[in-house]
Amino acid sequence: MSLHTTLWINGETYALDADPRTTLLDAIRDHFNLTGSKKGCDHGQCGACTMIVNGRRINSCLTLACMHDGDEITTIEGLGQPGAMSALQEAFVRHDGFQCGYCTPGQVCSATAMLEEVSQGWPSHVSEDLEGPAPLSEAEISERMSGNLCRCSAYPGIVNAIRDAAEGGTT
Amino acid sequence: MTAHLKLDKPQSDRLGDMAQGVIGRETPRREGPLKVTGRAPYAAEVGDGTEAVGVFARATIAKGKVTKIGLDAVRALPGVCAVITDERLLRNPAQGTANTAPVQGGRDVAYFGQPIALVVAETYEQARHAAHGLEIAYDAAEDAAVTPEDAEPESLESKQIDIGDLDTAMSHAAHSMDATYTTPSQNSAAMEPHASIAVWKGDELTLHGSYQMLKFNRNELADSLGVDPEKVQIKSPYVGGGFGSKLGIAPEAVGAALAAKELGRAVRVVLTRPQVFEATMRRSETRQRVRLAADADGKLTGIGHSAWVSNLVGEAFSEPVAQATHFTYGGANRSYRHLIHRVNRTCAGSMRAPGEAVGMLALENAMDELAHAAGVDPVELRLKNIPDRHPEDDKPYSSRRFADCLTEGARAFGWHKRNPTPGQTRDGEWLIGLGMASAARGNILSESHARVTLHSDGTATVETDMTDIGTGTYTILGQITAEMLGLPLDRVNVALGDTAFPPASGSGGSWGAGSSGSAVFVACQNIRAALAEKLGMEEDQLTLTEGSVIRNNTREPLSAVLDDDLTVEGHIEPGDTSEEVQQAAFGAHFAEVAVSAVTGETRVRRMLGCFAAGRILNEQTARSQCHGGMIFGIGAALTEELVHDPRDGHIVNHNLAEYHVPVNLDIPQLEVMFLEERDAHANPLQSKGIGELGISGAGAAVTNAIFNATGVRVRDYPATLDKVLPGLPDI
Ligand code: FES
Ligand code: FES
Repeated sequence: MSLHTTLWINGETYALDADPRTTLLDAIRDHFNLTGSKKGCDHGQCGACTMIVNGRRINSCLTLACMHDGDEITTIEGLGQPGAMSALQEAFVRHDGFQCGYCTPGQVCSATAMLEEVSQGWPSHVSEDLEGPAPLSEAEISERMSGNLCRCSAYPGIVNAIRDAAEGGTT
Repeated sequence: MTAHLKLDKPQSDRLGDMAQGVIGRETPRREGPLKVTGRAPYAAEVGDGTEAVGVFARATIAKGKVTKIGLDAVRALPGVCAVITDERLLRNPAQGTANTAPVQGGRDVAYFGQPIALVVAETYEQARHAAHGLEIAYDAAEDAAVTPEDAEPESLESKQIDIGDLDTAMSHAAHSMDATYTTPSQNSAAMEPHASIAVWKGDELTLHGSYQMLKFNRNELADSLGVDPEKVQIKSPYVGGGFGSKLGIAPEAVGAALAAKELGRAVRVVLTRPQVFEATMRRSETRQRVRLAADADGKLTGIGHSAWVSNLVGEAFSEPVAQATHFTYGGANRSYRHLIHRVNRTCAGSMRAPGEAVGMLALENAMDELAHAAGVDPVELRLKNIPDRHPEDDKPYSSRRFADCLTEGARAFGWHKRNPTPGQTRDGEWLIGLGMASAARGNILSESHARVTLHSDGTATVETDMTDIGTGTYTILGQITAEMLGLPLDRVNVALGDTAFPPASGSGGSWGAGSSGSAVFVACQNIRAALAEKLGMEEDQLTLTEGSVIRNNTREPLSAVLDDDLTVEGHIEPGDTSEEVQQAAFGAHFAEVAVSAVTGETRVRRMLGCFAAGRILNEQTARSQCHGGMIFGIGAALTEELVHDPRDGHIVNHNLAEYHVPVNLDIPQLEVMFLEERDAHANPLQSKGIGELGISGAGAAVTNAIFNATGVRVRDYPATLDKVLPGLPDI
């Protein structure tokens, strides 16, 4: 059995005819050969598969592709290219916010959406105040990025990269 | 042209003579833009989507025989194209540097989780469904040993060592320590699961895999399949982390190759996360007895380190727990025991710093306990006990700025502010403490080849089957070449991870950078010599910088003096310097923790590591390696524990939600200091390994800080809340 789904990925239309059990992650990796999104666990436990769906970051391994008909999806491929990186991507390179690179697309997608959440004033578990703007402290970045595991343990570089990009700096 | 160097003599600092200034410098990873944009292809991603997909079904008993596999029912399921139950399937991965097949045969079950059959289908969804439904019948053995206590330990003769008389030293000691520590099974948990795509062309196999040591992996794969290694090519240009778990060929590679052969088409096999936990490698649990005898001043008169570890029947590897104890501290009377329980649990193998990672947890806790008992500052105690020569074989050390790491690290951290009496510092709900530990990791040179070509257009290419598993190989091999040949870094192209290239040491044992880098160095040195000869000058008079040759005070572009490409294959081999001196990298860790007086939860507030590891080839990637090691250490200290079910040994928490690797919020900004050092005995780069130094002792600094914060001494790792809470002072 196969289901038809139309996905908007990085501004382009993709038509999917696939087994209804196909996750959004597997659809994009296996059917459309956009392999920038990674599969670290397939259980929603590592964040390597993070994509931005209708403006929110999600673990794409935890949702079925057929549930996303008409949804707008941004994957790592949509955020930048080697010759034209986003400010966050450049900051990850500058601050060595990765080693093996396998968690990295998820980190970058997650951080991109996370900065948007902060700019909208969403609080986190470590926020002092649940209302009003959330200052981007080191603890705020770390807490908000704790759904993205990095076994190479590039956490210090990840935090520095995000802060640097958020401040628009090039340090 | 080939060039060979056997390291029989200490080497001069030739890199230091160069004019380029590229080596050592903080240099961002060269493949970084590919990785951060999702364009670096990992093993499972190189296919075109037409491959068949394999999923393993695994054993659900600890020991016994498979009597029947329900093949027919599964073959009838939609999309299923094959069920592989070949006798060549691997029981478990090969150990690091094994170079031959590991134990094979799908019918004899040795542990819960062992791969039994590979179900191959058109799609992942179909293969997964069919593998779940595969019925396997067993004849279960009655005598499975699912905990170490179930099996009488074997002793390894070469590792039972007595020097002097430790018992007498203990009974005469002014201060002594005799305690038992335990560490649980752990998993490397690299973020990329083991993955292979196998493609046959006639009798030639190409395997796109995720492996650390390709020249060994190629032989292991060929031996497993019963084919000629010449017919096997492995490609691993990008590896999503290894930490030991991808040292040896693993079940998915052999499964993919067998299935691809049977079906006559490409097959992709990716282990699920639970299978990575169950069917690759764990670090053995350990039980360790440490004895320390000291005189009234705290100078050691004796040291004992006995270890009980486990592994499957037929595995030569056993966690070398006391590895660093032999050479770190003095003390005339010494005793070691090493015992191995043969258990029916997931195979035990190398995980980041086998030996030191767990051995130093116990030794450095014991040193802290001794310091406390003797009323000596923990840094002082270590300084007093640094031996002049190797305490067991009397060899001199190569370079060793161990004492400087202790004193300079202590100064930078503000160690003097520590109150030696535990439980005295409070910050609201939190009890604050400082702790420290030493780091030590033996240094190894491993045979390696690399081909370097200086092209006539003034660019260069490096080719070797060396891997970059996040270690920075692409960048440092480029830096070494750029430095030696006087090229801007962007004119050096580095190609790695393909057995079609000259065979390198591989990544493991912290020897990758020093070994593969030295092969590149040797090649470059010979290219320089050839160039000098061509120009009619001595090599040591040759100045190459920014793509130019400088002679007679004039500067000419390299492309103007080269009419042909110059290609040299460099070959480095260990020699007498590996035997004549004790080579090791050293360091010191300092940690500040806060322990909740209410819950017993520990948070690391800050941590500093001070290291001396010879020449640092790239300060940025080296620092990241140290961060990685230190964070593994924090995980070992506080959260990481594979839990085995006492009934059948299976790993209960075989996923990333329940096997707790540190997350971002668990880690504060870490400080890493490198002391200037060169090691002429190590290799011509004068560098020493750094990938595993950071984990050595790191966890002990954390648990020693917990003791200073609370007075609670946790000897059973990890120091989870339940172990700390009962000993806390009243709120
Ligand atoms: S792969 Fe989706 S969270 Fe791990
Ligand atoms: S960079 Fe390797 S897991 Fe994050």
